Amino acid sequence: MINMNSYFKKNKLKIAPWLFMAPGLLMFITYVIWPIAGSINISFYDWDGLGEKTWIGMGNYVELFDDEAFYKSLKNNFIWLILYMLAVPIGLFMALFLNQSVRGIRIYKSMFFFPFVISQVVVGLVFSWFYDPNFGLLNIVIEFFGGTGIAILADERYVTYGIIAAGLWPQTAYCMILYLTGLNAVDSEQIEAGRLDNAKGWKMLWYIILPQLKPATFIAIVVTVIGALRSFDMVSIMTAGGPWGSSRVLAYYMYEKSFSEYGFRMGYGAAIAVILFLIMMVYITFFLLKMYRDEKAN
Amino acid sequence: MFPKPIENTNILTQSVYKTALPIVLILWLLPLIAVALTSFRSGGDLISGNYWGWPTSFDLYENYTSVFKNTPLAQYMWNSFRVTIPTVFGAVALSCMTGFALAVYNFKGNILIFFLFIAGNFVPFQILMVPVRDLSVQMGVYNSVWALILFHIAFQAGFCTLFMRNFIKALPRELIEAARVEGVNEFQIFWYIVIPLMKPAIAALSVLIFTFIWNDYFWATVLTQGVDSQPVTAGLYSLNGQWISQWHLVSAGSIVAALPPVLMFFTMQKHFIAGLTLGAVK
Repeated sequence: MINMNSYFKKNKLKIAPWLFMAPGLLMFITYVIWPIAGSINISFYDWDGLGEKTWIGMGNYVELFDDEAFYKSLKNNFIWLILYMLAVPIGLFMALFLNQSVRGIRIYKSMFFFPFVISQVVVGLVFSWFYDPNFGLLNIVIEFFGGTGIAILADERYVTYGIIAAGLWPQTAYCMILYLTGLNAVDSEQIEAGRLDNAKGWKMLWYIILPQLKPATFIAIVVTVIGALRSFDMVSIMTAGGPWGSSRVLAYYMYEKSFSEYGFRMGYGAAIAVILFLIMMVYITFFLLKMYRDEKAN
Repeated sequence: MFPKPIENTNILTQSVYKTALPIVLILWLLPLIAVALTSFRSGGDLISGNYWGWPTSFDLYENYTSVFKNTPLAQYMWNSFRVTIPTVFGAVALSCMTGFALAVYNFKGNILIFFLFIAGNFVPFQILMVPVRDLSVQMGVYNSVWALILFHIAFQAGFCTLFMRNFIKALPRELIEAARVEGVNEFQIFWYIVIPLMKPAIAALSVLIFTFIWNDYFWATVLTQGVDSQPVTAGLYSLNGQWISQWHLVSAGSIVAALPPVLMFFTMQKHFIAGLTLGAVK
């Protein structure tokens, strides 16, 4: 027998979530989900952004395979991805260094976190003149110790590494704060038990502390990977992809192809974006699978 | 506590630690300190190559006023506020609702929609660039702060929903069940029971979104141009082009642009960090 009241209630519970979600979901679909489909579609066309679109099928992707600038950007993206990971261990060690309760330590912690709060545009500008060959502090230090100064941002060999080092500055601060929060929650009884078993230093860190920091490590890796693949601001500010395109990454190359002085090639740009998206999807899938397992466990 | 608390070590280690702290901090912030120092040098010092020596004069006041008087920095800053504040309100409001829906109701597709929000949040901006720009042009908001506000609200909905949903999920379910038994309707449950409990989450998200949006550079260059609508990140970039080798002005401008998120961070530190850890590292 269906009770009227419970029948109504059941329906109410079915409708309510959709009403609550409607505005957010609608905007999200319009501005995020639909544009992804839109870009994939554009990538099959030759289009200057204004005139007629011409269907060229896989044409843009075929062109990509022969485009040296594309390979250079892809390679730089992998260098970013690998070196950016340094933020995780360095952040951990900084957190260990700061995880004390001496006087004023809270202010120290916030000051160390500082680089993450300021805009990447400012970080980019700051490092541009830190690296400046004429008066940059870096070269003054190098010359002080008897070395010869180098124009990092004007040298094809070093430019990408120079930008990554600048990017590591805020990213390390981010990882540090994740670990500091994680260290707060480490079970002190386990540490004591470890001490009784004569675990010290590295052993303690590896066998007792790190396993408990797993959630922090996970988030640190996720945000660092995303940060590395999203790298655009720093490249744009510090070198605009130069010298001679040697510091381009996919995100920047896409922007350059789509609209810049080199002409508006929306279709080609979209194809580059799709490749970047597919690389990112690997990580997104990995993240979602982990989330799914956690949800199931609860 | 790990590592071993420093107060349990011998006096030598303690004093080494206490001297090392400020030294490491200065090294860590060296690039920033250099900028701050440059921002009160005189233009003459920079021309004569006196970058790091003792300044011939302290032009703190002159540099900062000249940056406001001779450039549209104030307008850029104002634009940033016009973009950031409505975005914070919009994104937090929308995600309170989506988070509530996904945390409280069991319906078909719940997990799918939740994952859609998470996945969307990680997507590279470039895959959205051309369609979002076209959409803004069609809606007639291109090159206005509204282009940025609407996009940012929509995009941040992904991260904010993840955050809010997890927060609400951790609230005691009995509260909601009990209210339902009492005959309280769903909207009242949301408004009178859940929202008051969400205050810490709302605070954390607001600070975080403020910083993210203030610091956005990519969308600022894609969706706006010119002094009337560009936020300070993009503005700083174009000023940098005009100010070639006037580093004392570039650095004063950079410091001004960095100030709002920095102040936000220092006043709301606890909330900021709670937000950053996605509420996952408890």
